Amino acid sequence: MSWFKRTFSSSIGRKFAMALSALFLLIFLLQHLAINFTSVISEKTFNSLSHFMGTNPVVQFALQPVLIFGVVFHFMMGFILEIKNKSARAVRYAKNDGSANSSWMSRNMLWSGLFILFFLAFHFADFWIPEMVYKYVEVNPSDPNRYYEEVVHMFENPIRVAVYCLSFVFLALHLLHGFQSAFQSIGARHSKYTPAIVKLGKLYSVAVPALYIFIAVFHYLAH
Amino acid sequence: MSGANGLNLTLKVWRQKNDKDKGQMETYQVADISPDSSFLEMMDILNEQLIEEGKEPVAFDHDCREGICGMCSMYINGEAHGPGRGITTCQLHMREFNNGDTIYIEPWRAKAFPVIKDLVVDRSGFDRIMAAGGFVSVNTSGNTQDANAIPIPKADADKAFDAATCIGCGACVASCKNASAMLFVSAKVSQFALLPQGRPEAAERVQNMVKQMDEEGFGNCSNTGACEVECPKGISLENIARMNREYLSSSFKKEEV
Repeated sequence: MSWFKRTFSSSIGRKFAMALSALFLLIFLLQHLAINFTSVISEKTFNSLSHFMGTNPVVQFALQPVLIFGVVFHFMMGFILEIKNKSARAVRYAKNDGSANSSWMSRNMLWSGLFILFFLAFHFADFWIPEMVYKYVEVNPSDPNRYYEEVVHMFENPIRVAVYCLSFVFLALHLLHGFQSAFQSIGARHSKYTPAIVKLGKLYSVAVPALYIFIAVFHYLAH
Repeated sequence: MSGANGLNLTLKVWRQKNDKDKGQMETYQVADISPDSSFLEMMDILNEQLIEEGKEPVAFDHDCREGICGMCSMYINGEAHGPGRGITTCQLHMREFNNGDTIYIEPWRAKAFPVIKDLVVDRSGFDRIMAAGGFVSVNTSGNTQDANAIPIPKADADKAFDAATCIGCGACVASCKNASAMLFVSAKVSQFALLPQGRPEAAERVQNMVKQMDEEGFGNCSNTGACEVECPKGISLENIARMNREYLSSSFKKEEV
């Protein structure tokens, strides 16, 4: 076995890979939020940024596949680790008090993650696939001003707004453990900077999902 | 001897004849247990009672009964070594319980720690991990260098000592939702990695110990921190981060032979 394969099939290597994909997705979430948030501030800015992201070949054909790979890798590796972890304890305890020594979020990453995965499946079917069909299958003429109206239309539906809100609550729960856990998995822990990572993690985990929720609710109420 | 303060308790204890037996929980009653007795003394009383009744006593590991050998290994009311922090089962006292309580007593649960009998599990997986690299090769020809001749920063010496206080009881594995042995292995990796005497073999050591850990069938670390909370010696998660660094950097830097 090559050193590379050996490293990334070890318990530590797998967690390292999991953490790297998590850190990548943390950056993506910020970028996605920044563009979405402009829809609250300026229709013109949102349209121009969305048009750039939707038509730029580097974004569409280089960054988008990397992102999809990152997402798929993260949940596939999550499943692999979960199966291995479950098999490491064949007989369960008759009585187990998990809350005595760990947070609910840390013990339920699978369930918060699965809910986020369902949301991503919904988001793909609801937004991404129709967008791809619109652009690359039907080959509609490029309209740089269609995006804002589409967002407004999307968030007219209260069920969609509710699904968004609930999903981002699960994202917050996932991040409350995941953010600082990713740093631990790559070995980045020191009494000098770990308290800052923990604080930043809490801020990110609450603020980022809250802002996504704000955008959905804002458009629902404002139009 | 306990008089009016004696505790009457219901015990639900895991009974399993041998490693082939499926095992099940059995219910026992013990009466008038002194709040001053240790948990293991309470188990001794239960066993005397069982012997008098002509029944098989409960098998459980114990040795020093002062919290340093790491033998006692009971999962009590859903926690390794029971309620209380920084203690082994032998340091747990019955004053932590109330009259009329029901107490669940189970063995460590992990595929890598198979049950031998009742509450006794086979922890030789830890021994095999140590044999894979948990040592420093020294010259035993009579020319051994005096350890004090090598200057070591106080902070490093303290951290190495803290890691070396691990008694290998396995509470980390028992508490972890994934039955991961990362806290144990990381303590053993760290105690050597932090000292100059341990550096020459550091890369080889961490690679071999992690390989053996994975082969034993322990789970992965989810960073829940349960191990650190339940560890009777307060081994820090900082050691797991150090082991991750040691393992990853050695994977990328170590020459393949």
